[in-house]
Amino acid sequence: MSDTPDHLSSRARHQDLLRAYWHKNLLLMGGCLTAWALAGLGCGVLWADWLNRWNLPGTGYPLGFWFAHQGAIISFVLIIFIYALIMNRLDKRHHQQLARINGEGGAR
Amino acid sequence: MSVQAWTFLFVGLTFTLYLGIAWWARVADTKGFYVAGRGVPAAANGMATAADWMSAASYISMAGLISTMGYAGGVYLMGWTGGFVLLALLLAPYLRKFGHFTVPDFVGDRFSTRRLVGVQNPTLGQRIAGNPARLTAVLCALFVSFTYVAGQMRGVGVVFSRFLDVDINVGVVIGMVIVFIYATLGGMKGITWTQVAQYWVLITAFIVPTIAISIKLTGDFLPQAGLGGELSGQGIYLLEKLNQIQSELGFGSYTEPFMGSWDKANVFLVALALMAGTAGLPHVIVRFYTVKSPRAARWSGFWALLFIAFLYLTAPAIAGFARYYMLVSLNGTQSTELPQWFQSWEKTGLVMWFDDGDDHVVYSAGADNEIFRRGNLGESELLTLVRDHQKWVDTGGAGGMDARPFLREHGLSGPDQDIIVLATPEMAELSGWIIAFVAAGGLAAALSTASGLLLVISSSVAHDLYYRVVNPEATEKKRLLVGRSIIGLAVVVAGICGIYPPGFVSQVVAFAFGLAAASFFPVILLGIFSKRVGTVPAICGMLAGLVFTLYYIIGTVFFGMDKWTLGLSEQGISPQGIGAIGMVVNFAVTLILTPLTRPPTQEVQDMVDSVREPEGMSPAVLVDDAPEH
Repeated sequence: MSDTPDHLSSRARHQDLLRAYWHKNLLLMGGCLTAWALAGLGCGVLWADWLNRWNLPGTGYPLGFWFAHQGAIISFVLIIFIYALIMNRLDKRHHQQLARINGEGGAR
Repeated sequence: MSVQAWTFLFVGLTFTLYLGIAWWARVADTKGFYVAGRGVPAAANGMATAADWMSAASYISMAGLISTMGYAGGVYLMGWTGGFVLLALLLAPYLRKFGHFTVPDFVGDRFSTRRLVGVQNPTLGQRIAGNPARLTAVLCALFVSFTYVAGQMRGVGVVFSRFLDVDINVGVVIGMVIVFIYATLGGMKGITWTQVAQYWVLITAFIVPTIAISIKLTGDFLPQAGLGGELSGQGIYLLEKLNQIQSELGFGSYTEPFMGSWDKANVFLVALALMAGTAGLPHVIVRFYTVKSPRAARWSGFWALLFIAFLYLTAPAIAGFARYYMLVSLNGTQSTELPQWFQSWEKTGLVMWFDDGDDHVVYSAGADNEIFRRGNLGESELLTLVRDHQKWVDTGGAGGMDARPFLREHGLSGPDQDIIVLATPEMAELSGWIIAFVAAGGLAAALSTASGLLLVISSSVAHDLYYRVVNPEATEKKRLLVGRSIIGLAVVVAGICGIYPPGFVSQVVAFAFGLAAASFFPVILLGIFSKRVGTVPAICGMLAGLVFTLYYIIGTVFFGMDKWTLGLSEQGISPQGIGAIGMVVNFAVTLILTPLTRPPTQEVQDMVDSVREPEGMSPAVLVDDAPEH
């Protein structure tokens, strides 16, 4: 490892790339956690008494009760699925870009 | 074939399967022992995590809890599954990237001190003082795991005593031997693959009878649709009918939220505490160390929740069905026509009938209730109670003693929640093999969780305490030996706790989540998401959260301290929900102290950077090409 200007700039670019990746990650995570809070703590708890005025269409489930016993869980599974899907795609792109920087730097 | 013959057959078959897997998966090094050589495919790890997670409590007790609590039982459903979202999003991939064996490892490295820098051959005392965070984390992990594992062994005892007609103690010993063999032989690898098998046993055993009951009761194949459907031939929704019966008997409505002490603030706080606590439980987190990559850790989180959801979406259905059967089949029944399930479970003392003399069963929420459970009453105490009550009935109230006010005062009204799942197939008069299958499922649930917990205990002691603190020069062989001996020791201790259950265990387990939420969760979270939080604030925060939560729980549960309202709940905050506030305290203390203390060393900051980056600076690992993905 030599501290040639080439190597330094590739390290700086790597830092930038990591920051951008992390920023996107936080954004996605924020979205997912908002959905998590709305489905579980929101519909399942905070607004459950209000939602209970209606039934889930076509069934005997009062809506607030349904969220607490079924809906929240279904939403949680979907949230994790979407997060894993998008995040792993983000990972892959990050590594492609990383490989390009390393390639251009010509350090190895 | 009788139910008992079927039970012997199923339990024998499944146990042979578990032992066979343990033999096939035996390991020879610590990596295999603690993290299964990191070669477990994501979906299999998801199943193992699900089996690990779904304990005897989930399998046997949860549906029973929901059955008596109605809407409020949803806090367990939402809390325990919602925690997995936090785990999969916020913790699992990063802890996997960090790549050590245990949670205390992460806490210890991330919040290390500068004291040991440059010290050659530190003494034991110096090593302990040099990393207080690791030690605190080890103690928290041990405490949480032990309270848990004792409960599992009791679950094994309950199942055995009813279905194999053996003494509870004999049942516990059989369970101990089985767990010991496959946990010491195969370590994490053996446990993981056994848990995969146990998952299938327990989930089939849970879902098949529920489908049968659903068809019988509502005509719907899907239990989830059945619960929301109409009762066969009655033209009224099951839940609506249930609400009617419940209010006639003085129980609150089944679907209406926020009744009694479960007001909005308490439901919210308990759900939150369970969510954060789940994410902080060491035996669940450790599962994510066994997969190939952070990428697989994310998928594994998804698989785990999906497999857990199969049970958690079915549990409310069986709870509703059981509630309906229980109320309908008991009320107004005469002693000569008591259902078969009642008679077989009466022997265990988990459900008892104290008649007021009219020979008709009344199960209600009022003073005329005649259905009780034994609870923690001793054998002789119970005998006296039954005898005095019989005398009271025979003499028309002139002699003896009415047992009902006594039992009511001790909070023993209604049947024990533990029998609901195990007895519902009998209530619905399903065939013997299904009932036996449920018993095998209950054993699978209890054993899989017990073995996972024992491994955490073993790794906490052998890895974090022995290798990292006491004897860092220990050879691979010696560490493995220590790991195996600790499991042996832990099995014996857990078994003794199962045979002589200390009264406080069942109460403490409910609070383990609160403690995990108030101690582990914020520390791990801030360790990953902040580079600025240093060692001193982290330890202060962890201790503040822990002490605050413990103080409130011990005060209210054991010393009759008045509950705090904090302006949130007129009923007072439930001790189960205090962990959510303890978590806020932890966060607050840590974040307030952070600007006043030194940031972590450059080394630690670099470590956080590397944990945040998915696969490291080397060219991307081609996990996509691996066959399991």
